[in-house]
Amino acid sequence: MELIVASAIGVLTAGGLYLVMRLRTFPVILGMSLLTYAVNVFLFASGRLTIGASPILQDGVTTYTDPLPQALVLTAIVISFGMTAVIVVIALGAFLGSDDDHVDDQREDADTAGDSQ
Amino acid sequence: MSLFIIVALPFFGALLPGVMNAAGRAACAGVTLMVSLAAFLGLLTNLPALLAGEVVTARVDWMPTLGLNFTLMLDGLGFFFAFLILGIGLLIISYARHYLSRDDHMGEFFTYLLLFQGAMVGIVLSDNILLLLVFWELTSLSSFLLIGYWKHLPEGRQGARMALAVTGMGGLAMIAGMLILGQIVGSYDLSVILQNREAIQADPMYVPALILILLGCFTKSAQFPFHFWLPHAMAAPTPVSAYLHSATMVKAGIFLMARMWPVLSGTPEWFAIVTTAGLVTMVLGALIALFKHDLKALLAFSTVSHLGLITMLLGTGTAFGAMAAVFHILNHATFKAALFMSAGIIDHEAHSRDIRRLGGLRRLMPVTFAIATLAALSMAGIPLLNGFLSKEMMLEEANHTVLFGSYWLVPVLATFGALLSAAYSFRLIGHTFLGPVRDDYPSAPHDPGPGMWLPPAFLVVPVVVIGVAPFLAEPFVRLVTASVLGEAAALPDAHLKIWHGLVPALYMSVIAVVGGLLLMGVFKPLLRVWETAPRPEAKVIFESIVDASVATARGLVLTLHNGAFTRYASITVLAILGLGYHAWSTGTLSAPTREMQAAGAVPIAGLLMLVAATVGLVVLHRNRFLALIFIGIVGLMVSIGFVFLSAPDLAMTQFTVEVVTIILMLLALNFLPKTTPVESSALRHMRDAGLALAGGLAAFSLAFHFMMRDAVAIPISEFHLANSYKGGGGTNVVNVILVDFRGFDTYGEIIVLGIAALLIFALTETLLGGPVRARLLNRNPDQPRAGNMHPTMMVVLTRVMMPVVLMVGFYIFLRGHNEPGGGFIAGLVVSIAVVMQYMASGFHWASDRLRYPYHGVIGAGVLVAGFTGIGSWFVSKPFLTSDFTYVRIPPFEKFELATAALFDVGVLLAVVGAVMLSLESFSRLARRSDMQESEYPMDIDPSRAGLPSQDADAVRTEE
Repeated sequence: MELIVASAIGVLTAGGLYLVMRLRTFPVILGMSLLTYAVNVFLFASGRLTIGASPILQDGVTTYTDPLPQALVLTAIVISFGMTAVIVVIALGAFLGSDDDHVDDQREDADTAGDSQ
Repeated sequence: MSLFIIVALPFFGALLPGVMNAAGRAACAGVTLMVSLAAFLGLLTNLPALLAGEVVTARVDWMPTLGLNFTLMLDGLGFFFAFLILGIGLLIISYARHYLSRDDHMGEFFTYLLLFQGAMVGIVLSDNILLLLVFWELTSLSSFLLIGYWKHLPEGRQGARMALAVTGMGGLAMIAGMLILGQIVGSYDLSVILQNREAIQADPMYVPALILILLGCFTKSAQFPFHFWLPHAMAAPTPVSAYLHSATMVKAGIFLMARMWPVLSGTPEWFAIVTTAGLVTMVLGALIALFKHDLKALLAFSTVSHLGLITMLLGTGTAFGAMAAVFHILNHATFKAALFMSAGIIDHEAHSRDIRRLGGLRRLMPVTFAIATLAALSMAGIPLLNGFLSKEMMLEEANHTVLFGSYWLVPVLATFGALLSAAYSFRLIGHTFLGPVRDDYPSAPHDPGPGMWLPPAFLVVPVVVIGVAPFLAEPFVRLVTASVLGEAAALPDAHLKIWHGLVPALYMSVIAVVGGLLLMGVFKPLLRVWETAPRPEAKVIFESIVDASVATARGLVLTLHNGAFTRYASITVLAILGLGYHAWSTGTLSAPTREMQAAGAVPIAGLLMLVAATVGLVVLHRNRFLALIFIGIVGLMVSIGFVFLSAPDLAMTQFTVEVVTIILMLLALNFLPKTTPVESSALRHMRDAGLALAGGLAAFSLAFHFMMRDAVAIPISEFHLANSYKGGGGTNVVNVILVDFRGFDTYGEIIVLGIAALLIFALTETLLGGPVRARLLNRNPDQPRAGNMHPTMMVVLTRVMMPVVLMVGFYIFLRGHNEPGGGFIAGLVVSIAVVMQYMASGFHWASDRLRYPYHGVIGAGVLVAGFTGIGSWFVSKPFLTSDFTYVRIPPFEKFELATAALFDVGVLLAVVGAVMLSLESFSRLARRSDMQESEYPMDIDPSRAGLPSQDADAVRTEE
């Protein structure tokens, strides 16, 4: 089981890193989403893996999984939605303003920005 | 008056001139004067205690762990400087009121002036060297504003920049020096540092600390080779020059040398550095001053020269030298401020400060002539004026100073400096006021109103009174000197007298005055020699250094920070991998402590789907719709994984977030290109793939090894499991952690979420307010439109589903405390119910029916959660302490009431508001001008009579 989760984290990280290094905004955003999954699963796994022992207290049950990482990851998931939405609107604004969805400054823009100082 | 109030008054008072500016010039200057006067009187109320031998202190601990305390101290030295700063400040304010023209913004001027005044008073009253540094930097900043006050003058801007660069750099050096000093002593309180002379001077770090602190003092007080900024700061309005260069800014360095005198002085290093710098500055400044034609430039270099004189006196390290320095600080402040103001009057009335265009003003401006002549003669060192007395003391001290083994070096140079000083003073009087009246003045000169000549006249009074009756000033000078000396030296048995008998200092003085007069006789040939001699121009050197630094910095920054995000990303990945590898290869790996758990076919199938979806996403990411489907599968697999691994709450959250994220991405994709073109080279793809694989491998091994071992320290989770029901009243431990144990975290998180949503709203508003708006309204959709945009089936279905989904949300919310669920998940479910209505009937229809704006929903959520937390204050418990009880209302079963549930309501509202505000903002962008906004929930409605309706027409025209 540990091997499976670790592989999932590895695959998500690799895919996320590759996409983050792309040139256009949309793949970069997708890459960040993948990285978010990877990080959330990693954080969750820091409580170690337990099967069939939800942190819902029941009479007569003594083993539960670690609830703390779950609480942290739960808010992280919601916050990462907010952050994704912010990045998306920034990317959208940049594209609508310049008709260009490159994440890199185009070289001539950078030059003029330097000259205007 | 408390020292805190004295320091705070100018700072808070600085708010007033700007407010009063509209009320007129008199009101604006008047209120400034009142602020300064209040601080001045407050200072005087402390005089009796001071005379009784006390040191007035005021202390508030600010950051005691860093040794940074707000500690103020008023001793003789502090009082002396604060008296000069506030007293001369008063005169400057009344002078400036008449000097500034109607075009100058008076409120701005007085705001800067008061800020500067407060910073100066702060320096001289600080008892903590870190606090002193804060005020020290504040003077650099506020003087920058003052010097550059005439923003339209390039010289003003350049002068201000130069002053800031030089004094700011010195300030940085001084911070380092002060920190070393504090490390040596173990305290940053001046009163403690001043007790530790032996420890400081014996420390090996003494010399570095001394040099760094002196760098700060020398740059501030314009000592050679940092003297060049002062004359360029003369581009400021004359009241600023008079204030900064007589009593305040440049005296700050002198003040600090005097303050630190007991612990830093008396060593060979101090003596060699300070005396030499002072001597060179004195002679060089005087020499340049003699040949300046601009009245203010002449005075500027004479200020440099006199500062050198005072520095030299402090450098000798004797008690008599310190006493002479204190006396000269007082005398110089009086006559120099008067001279600067006189120069300002001449400039104001004759419209020129060029000595070559002036002359003969004696008859035209008798009052100014009298004031300026008395002050200038004092500067020249003529008996019966105060400048003579302190110059005598300086020559006396110089006569006993042996520098570099030479008995004659200091006396000769000091006499030469005094001679030059006399010469330029005579030139100032002679070439400006004496001689024939001319008929080619730029403007007809005449004496100004009393508003302008009274302040300098007021300063000439002590010049004469001290000069005639020095014994009047003696107690004060002795008091100040005593506090400069501290416990390092005994007060010298010297007295302030006009006649000391036929001592060498008298002969040196006579030589200086006679020599100065003779020099004036041969001034014209001398000037020709001076003007043909090559001289380094400090400004050119400074500018070239600045330009070179700027070029280097720009080259460096533009190369490193070239705007290529992809490069930053790959460098970051590479750096993290490198650090990780370093940790991996140097650390040790303990043996696994956990058994690997067996996995059945289902988890393996889930992993395979996740891998397949991720690979599909990476390979086919150029097709953006397809990519969204793949990422949806990935999210779904992650949710299922959470279910499998005993995290039902996470699974529900991930699942619902997935839905809204995909909707959001689809909305965004509506505007973005639908495909990603191939741009990078194959090599680059290989490079990125290599980096990504290495990163994935690293994450895999880290996670795997991590999970195979138990935590090194015992996790705190046991506490949560044990107390969840007893203390929090809930059996869903995750939810109890969120709303109870770590409720404060959650509170912060819903605020962050709200801010993110507001940010999205604001960015959308900005887009719609700019040129993008027209493009959006008139764009041609690049995808075929649906024939029926609001299909009847969907409208009916979502309407029917809405109450059901809301009920589910309500149920999830209610059970959250004991079963998987809670505010976050319920909020997301409710949002999905509302979003469905937007999707079915369109943005216009749905937002028309919106009763509460989403901003308000976010705010209400944060407030409900906040007030729940505050509620616990009323029962004297800390913020967000929860409570619960069980009640039974027949015929219902017993149920629980918890304050945490109220908090969860806040979470729910904030989540609904944030999600909806984000999605709504995106869909606002989608409106187009050629799109009919239907007031009906669906395009084709059998119940509506008179088909085909206009909406049906609209649909057809679009096709």
